[in-house]
Amino acid sequence: MRTKHLIAATDFCVYHQLEQTFINDLREAGLVEITVVNETTYIPETELQKLERMIRLHNELDINVAGIGAITYLLERIEDIQEEIRLLKNSLKLYE
Amino acid sequence: MAFIDYYQVLGVTKAATDKDIKNAYRKLARKYHPDLNPNNSDAHKKFQQLNEANEVLSDPEKRKKYDQYGEHWQHGEQYEQARQHQHRQQHDFGGGGRQAFDFEGFGSGGNDFSDFFQSMFGGGGGSQRRQAKYRGQDYNAELHLDLKEASETHKQTLTVNGKNIRITIPAGVENGQTIKITGHGGPGANGGPGGDLYIKFFVADDPRFKRKGSDLYSTVKLDLYTAILGGEITVETLTGKVKVKVKPETQNGTKVKLKGKGLPLYKKEGEFGDLYITYDLQLPVNLTNKQKQLFEELAKSST
Repeated sequence: MRTKHLIAATDFCVYHQLEQTFINDLREAGLVEITVVNETTYIPETELQKLERMIRLHNELDINVAGIGAITYLLERIEDIQEEIRLLKNSLKLYE
Repeated sequence: MAFIDYYQVLGVTKAATDKDIKNAYRKLARKYHPDLNPNNSDAHKKFQQLNEANEVLSDPEKRKKYDQYGEHWQHGEQYEQARQHQHRQQHDFGGGGRQAFDFEGFGSGGNDFSDFFQSMFGGGGGSQRRQAKYRGQDYNAELHLDLKEASETHKQTLTVNGKNIRITIPAGVENGQTIKITGHGGPGANGGPGGDLYIKFFVADDPRFKRKGSDLYSTVKLDLYTAILGGEITVETLTGKVKVKVKPETQNGTKVKLKGKGLPLYKKEGEFGDLYITYDLQLPVNLTNKQKQLFEELAKSST
């Protein structure tokens, strides 16, 4: 079952051969948002990109929830810093 | 097509055990995994090579074939073809063709294995570890613009995987800026949503103007007489020439702001940055005797 912009967590977990407890653990760690409608758990479509990245980190690199939390925070910082570098590089062109 | 030393890629010797290979792969994967290296295409390529090496060396059959032919793989391939050909002739049925897998991209890295791999093993890698994503794959594209193009809202048609997408590029887009076109990436699986298309803009430098955000900067040559006596000069802007009044006794290096003559503000219609011009005073050369005499008089009068 899939309503617009919401994906049933069960469908998603079956597809990824994943225990739903993993998603609950991520939610409890504040790493992903899920929605409950009529006692059914749904994942907002907007969370999928982030969630699938966390699943890859878990499955491909054996990283646990705490590690995923730390990585997510550091990745956000990297993205901020990369954006800052881009702006600084553009500003520096003024003096070239 | 070059031979690839998969042992070297994983940093192991030919005598490496399955466990050694697994450990080496895991260690390097943690370093080069695309999810840990955002916007790092070198790491993505490296990860792709790691996967390919692991695909071969962790599969006993593939490893055996790779070890058997090694650097002489081309001869091996010819031998294999000849053998299969013979086999078909003898038994009058198609020799067991290699199975081609539908390869749906791994992680957020690349998608194709090398020509070397495909030539030796056929098809793509059918790694079971990596499943296709529920949400479709994100695509990345680059778009190169000149400053004039970046200053005007315009439409462009891009072809992504055979599909034409018409996008509007808002005026004021910056060098290195990325925009997201939702849902125009790869298709999702099992009814999952499509990925997104990310377009990164490269705005070429303009020889006439330097840019800082929405402001432009240029240097304008100013002759001595206009600088001292004042007057009017013509200045080039991105949208054409304008006349600018020069105050008497303007000093070299004076900066003047031409309001609204910069670039449009990104996604703020009707708002513009400014153009800052800096005067570069040009002293006269090849003076006539008369002119020299007049300068001498001026010099005397100012002492």
